[in-house]
Amino acid sequence: MDVMGYGQLLERAWPEIIVVLTAFVVVACDLVAFRRATAGARFGAAVAIGAAGCVGAVWKLMASAPVMNQTSMMVDTPLTRLVQAGLLVLTIVVLLLSVGAQFTEHVGEFVLLVLLGTAGMLFLVAAQDLLAIFISLELLSLSLYILTGFDKASPRSAEASLKYFLFGGMSAAFLLFGFSLLYGFSHSTTLSGIAMAVHEQPHNPILMVAMVMAVVGFGFKIAAAPFHFWAPDVYQGAPVQSAAFIASGSKVASFFIFFQVMVLGFAGAEGSASLTRMTSGWVPILVLVSCASMLLGNLAAIAQMSLRRLMAYSAVAHAGYMLLGYVAHTERSLAALLYYVVTYSLATLGVFGVLAVTEKANGDDSISGLSGLSRRAPFLSFCLAIFLLSLAGIPPLSGFFAKFLLFTSVLAAAPGSMLLLWLVVLAIGMSAVSLFYYLRVLKRVYVADVEAQAAPLRAPVFGQVVIGFLAASVALLGCAPDLLLNALVGVVRASGL
Amino acid sequence: MMLAWTIYISFAGALALLLLPQRFAAWSRVIALLLAVITFSIALVAFVEHRSGAMFTVVHRSWISSLGIGFDLRADGISLTLLLLTGAIGVCGILFSWNVEHRVREFFALYLLLIGAVYGVFLSYDLFLQFVFYEIVVIPKYFLIAIWGSTRREYAAMKLVLYSFIGSAMVLIGLIAAYVASGSRSLALGDLAGFAFTPHFQMWAFPLVFAGFAILAGMWPLHTWAPTGHVAAPTATSMLLAGVVMKLGAYGCLRVAMTLFPLGMGPWGFHFLGLGSWRDVFAVLAVIGILYGALVALVQRDFKFVIGYSSISHMGFILLGLMTLNQIGISGAVVQMVSHGILAGLMFAVVGRMVYARTHTRDLTALGRLHLSKALPFAAFTFVIAGMASMGLPGFSGFIAELMIVLGVWRAYPTLVIFVAIGLIAGVAYIWRAMQMAFFAGRDTEPAALEHPLEPITMPERIGAVLLIGASLVVGIFPQLFLNVIRPALESPLFSGLRQGGW
Amino acid sequence: MSGFPWISVLTLVPIAGAIVVLAVGAASHTVVRRTALGFSLIALALTLLLWYGFHPEANGYQYQEMHPWISMLNANYHVGIDGLGLLMLLLSAIVTPIGMLASRQVERQVSLYFALMLLLQACLFGTFTALSFIHWFIFWEMGLIPAFFLVRLWGGPKSAKAAMQFLVYTMVGSITMLMSFLAIFLATRSFDFVDIGRMAQSGRLMPEIVARLGWHLLTPEHTAMVIFAGVFLGFAVKVPVIPFHTWLPLTYTEAPTGTTILLTGAMSKMGLYGFLRILLPCFGVQMQHVLTPLLWLAVATIVLSAYTAWAQTDLKRMFAYSSINHLGYCILAIFAVAKFTGTDAGLMSQKFAAMDGVFLQMFNHGLTAATLFWFIAMLEKRSGGVRGLNDFGGLRRVMPVFTGLMGIALFSSLGLPGLNGFIGEFLIFKGSFPLVTWATALSVLGLLITAIFILGILQRVFYGALPEVWAQLPDLTVGERLSLVPVIGLMFVLGLYPQLVLGVVNHTAMQMALTLRNF
Repeated sequence: MDVMGYGQLLERAWPEIIVVLTAFVVVACDLVAFRRATAGARFGAAVAIGAAGCVGAVWKLMASAPVMNQTSMMVDTPLTRLVQAGLLVLTIVVLLLSVGAQFTEHVGEFVLLVLLGTAGMLFLVAAQDLLAIFISLELLSLSLYILTGFDKASPRSAEASLKYFLFGGMSAAFLLFGFSLLYGFSHSTTLSGIAMAVHEQPHNPILMVAMVMAVVGFGFKIAAAPFHFWAPDVYQGAPVQSAAFIASGSKVASFFIFFQVMVLGFAGAEGSASLTRMTSGWVPILVLVSCASMLLGNLAAIAQMSLRRLMAYSAVAHAGYMLLGYVAHTERSLAALLYYVVTYSLATLGVFGVLAVTEKANGDDSISGLSGLSRRAPFLSFCLAIFLLSLAGIPPLSGFFAKFLLFTSVLAAAPGSMLLLWLVVLAIGMSAVSLFYYLRVLKRVYVADVEAQAAPLRAPVFGQVVIGFLAASVALLGCAPDLLLNALVGVVRASGL
Repeated sequence: MMLAWTIYISFAGALALLLLPQRFAAWSRVIALLLAVITFSIALVAFVEHRSGAMFTVVHRSWISSLGIGFDLRADGISLTLLLLTGAIGVCGILFSWNVEHRVREFFALYLLLIGAVYGVFLSYDLFLQFVFYEIVVIPKYFLIAIWGSTRREYAAMKLVLYSFIGSAMVLIGLIAAYVASGSRSLALGDLAGFAFTPHFQMWAFPLVFAGFAILAGMWPLHTWAPTGHVAAPTATSMLLAGVVMKLGAYGCLRVAMTLFPLGMGPWGFHFLGLGSWRDVFAVLAVIGILYGALVALVQRDFKFVIGYSSISHMGFILLGLMTLNQIGISGAVVQMVSHGILAGLMFAVVGRMVYARTHTRDLTALGRLHLSKALPFAAFTFVIAGMASMGLPGFSGFIAELMIVLGVWRAYPTLVIFVAIGLIAGVAYIWRAMQMAFFAGRDTEPAALEHPLEPITMPERIGAVLLIGASLVVGIFPQLFLNVIRPALESPLFSGLRQGGW
Repeated sequence: MSGFPWISVLTLVPIAGAIVVLAVGAASHTVVRRTALGFSLIALALTLLLWYGFHPEANGYQYQEMHPWISMLNANYHVGIDGLGLLMLLLSAIVTPIGMLASRQVERQVSLYFALMLLLQACLFGTFTALSFIHWFIFWEMGLIPAFFLVRLWGGPKSAKAAMQFLVYTMVGSITMLMSFLAIFLATRSFDFVDIGRMAQSGRLMPEIVARLGWHLLTPEHTAMVIFAGVFLGFAVKVPVIPFHTWLPLTYTEAPTGTTILLTGAMSKMGLYGFLRILLPCFGVQMQHVLTPLLWLAVATIVLSAYTAWAQTDLKRMFAYSSINHLGYCILAIFAVAKFTGTDAGLMSQKFAAMDGVFLQMFNHGLTAATLFWFIAMLEKRSGGVRGLNDFGGLRRVMPVFTGLMGIALFSSLGLPGLNGFIGEFLIFKGSFPLVTWATALSVLGLLITAIFILGILQRVFYGALPEVWAQLPDLTVGERLSLVPVIGLMFVLGLYPQLVLGVVNHTAMQMALTLRNF
């Protein structure tokens, strides 16, 4: 095994280092220079520095060619670089959305945690070793726990934070237990090493237990049913910006690493869930999880009165769709999965961006509070419509194309497979259901009469620009999917599975 | 090519209207009308230029290269005919919406968006693109009904949207399956139609896709969105819904389901309740639709419901015509699409704009007390003409279309002709009844007192009505104009699978 | 005169008239009336011109025009007339001005009324000249629109019900007929009456249809019968034949009298025309199969309608039922003609006679019935709408001229020799008796009852005591007398010199009878 020196490792980890250093700079500046400034100015400065750091990291990622090395603890392929760049972009958007937020006085700390979480995600994406995966995951999770509870004035925030922490801790325990079994089974902590052991004994019971544990652990992270209990409370209780971060960047990273672990680590233990001849493996497990998520997420979302909880359940549903990409586990389905999760994150970020504005005006996130929004804030309403319709999968928005791509790639993985066909049928049918609850929100926004005393909603121009940018990218990626898709297909192919 | 501009202009117009400052809101009608007239003229010019009816390319660009999806617009005789219909109904719909005052910019913006998407569906050759346009149609429909509608509008709008979306979900499954089965190289209609799918595949894909499209075409028993939707919708939207949007479904049935999976219509090899193939099943459903729509229309108390159910009945003719699988029946179905588009548009215009907008009631008994034939003679005249045309009076478009369809049915399903005849007779009866109760009833009683007199029929309404009546007459007397372009389209290689299937 | 599209022009004249009338709608009622009358007279003049140029001895159709129309349906615009067509054109052209003259009491929406009348005339022209099913059917059905509105908008208190019955009955008939014709088209690939007739004569029509349809549940004979029944129903409703007649009395009574004149004078002939032009050549075999029931229908039409007329007290209703009765004779003769297919020269001549009788009776009934309703219109105008049989009496004392002229018309209707009604009925009975003896014998009952109730009218209306209210009724004005003169004159002329009509139609009648020889 090729052993990497610390120097080499540091060199490889430049983007992460930049992000972490930026985080410290932000705190230092905030504490030192902006102590007396208003919250708005402090956020402005902190976000500017943080975003600059992220841009620097992106630049660093793009500047040099990746070193293809599959055997080490961290890999560096075009694929990981693209995903990392994407994560950084999402972080920048989250930061930009925080400008003008008023939920905390600890501006520097907030940005610090976001950036540390980002660093965790960056490591996570590149990790190929169980230990590295676990540590980066914990780095990410710990940042998220705190971010959830960041609104000290709100008891709900604290409650959500605690809930998230407890569930998260438990899932981490499951994951760690699974990892330890894996190590015991394969005497290796690298994914490739495990894969070799799996290849020899694909039906070992210990392996099965480890597999289930891993699915449980990651299932918590991606909020797939039945491991989704934290999601509604966290989505609802956390400050908007934290919720946006949880719903977007952390999702992308978790989905990616989950895919890596399953497909690379458990290669050979897929099993088969074909209707006639079922063999044990992780595919049947994921089929169950996926179906449960699609059904539960969509059906529970119908009953929600709060937009944030609705988004949480819809996240469960979307996790269900995305798990189909795992079931297919081909190069194409990975590209489709990434396309899906990125566009999904953009749209979700957008929804939270709009929520940030409306909550400030309405005081809560109830759907009925959005009545007549289109008359009070036409532009925001329009953007919200784009985000929600994209999530519902209405062309020409990116959500539709993502679904199309994902389902096509799933079916193409094994043409003629009845199982996959039925899964796709279920997914498409459920997305028809999802239109119902998304439209219920839009009905409030566009159809319901505006309350008599409601004044036009004043939204910060900067926030509107960011939201507009998100809406534009959601629409653009739907109308011209080639922009992102070609890159994704290219890097997936270049990196191989 | 000019035809693509029908889409661009409509979409650009929608955007422009949204951005129009509030001060100029009143101008949005004029702008919308102008744009609709322009797109209609473009369609008309294209129709005149392409007399041969053969397929020609409008725009062909690569779009999503990795999936082999192109921005591919093509038109042939069938689509040209329907484009023309869309243009005409689009213009008339605006004329009949001149009285919209509430959120007028948004109304016309959504209206133009809807029209543009409809143009898009009829023009698309790439099935992905077509599906995109097909889905875009759904959303403006929802808002147009939910915001500007009447009676139970939110319920109706949601029902309509969910039905459409379920229908398109079925279509999407079929499309994806076909795309994957054919090797994931291209989604162009011609390529897929040329691919030999296995009979087993076609046997399940055909009913799925056909039924998916047929939901939008109002096929019994999946029609229930249509009457409630039509009733709740504002006039222009009812006109578009019944006039054009339902045709999208029928067009999809013919253009996609039947060309892609011709073998799906073949015999099952066994008989169930006397039905031996999906073709039989859908033909029988179509006939049930004809009868059911007509009979239910016969007992409605709400004027608009009568027209709504009559649409179900007439759409049944279209589906039946498609299922005859002979050239005359299918041509008849296309002509019926045009004919029903014009006539349903006209009827909804009379009921929604001329009558309901003035009297604020659609209850037939209540309308009878108003002596409308005297108060609104023009409305009465228009409705009678539209009604006569809709019951299939020769000289109007409905006659020639239904004649051709019945001819096709005689050839394919002679037994069903009896039921079709009963449906036609019921058609006479319900139109008669509605006309009688709404316009000519209560001569002996004193007219009911009105708080304020009914305002006279305005000029835009007159122009719209005359245009539509004229269009119906043109189609009825010179169907050759359309048949000339429909026939070569049906003889093109695209439909070769169908032809081998037996016509 | 070949080359010039005379018939198309003839059909277009009333349409142009209707447009002009609508255009001058704002002008005074007199102007509108005169314009409309002017156009109908132009149409009459054109028809006379056609008559002048018509070659009575030539075979086949004259003044033909043929243009391709809907190629997919193999449908052509094919028009032309033979003796029968010309006769019907003449009748329509004569009856329309009468109807207009009898519409003096129309005061509301005058221009629309006359425009609709002209449109109706155009449809009549179109129906009687079309030789291809599709556009024949267009005119056949389009005629319903003006007729419907004329009844609906200017009719009496029950006009709503009347118009509805009229429309629904005829529509049902039309739809069944349409279905049958589509089946025929499947077999022949043609909508041309000439082609279809030729095919039927050669005996190929029905087998082809049956083969195409393949109704396994029915025998070929029954399938053919179903097709026949569809067409039969369409025409039978229009004539009407009992029991499909129930729309007629109400419609004729409720319609404004000017419209009734058009309906009875010309429109009812559309049904008979269909019997002659389509049923007889195409469905001879089927008619023979069910001849006995058909004859019963004819007898019932003749006798029952006469009885019913007798029982009426409303003059308009009486004449309405009497109309059914008179057309029943034509039906009887047509069925009689259909029965005989032999070559016996004696019977053949009877067949010619019956055929001639049918033509003559059609024309005469149109003329007489139109005139009678016209008289009622004049009476109604004076009496303020009263037209009950028992409301009058002794009118001859105040209205001698009216009495005299209406008496002539009544006697014509009764079939008095020397007047036009006689010769047609005589020929029908003469021709039918040897062919279908029992039915003809039974039908004589109809003649008898007609005589009774017409004499009853004469007696109750014109004789007896004059009620006080009617003591001041004015007699006919000079204008009315002048306009009545040509019509009454025509009754005498035709009564004394039927050759005038027979000369035109004789050859056609012979042709028709001959082609029916070999089923």
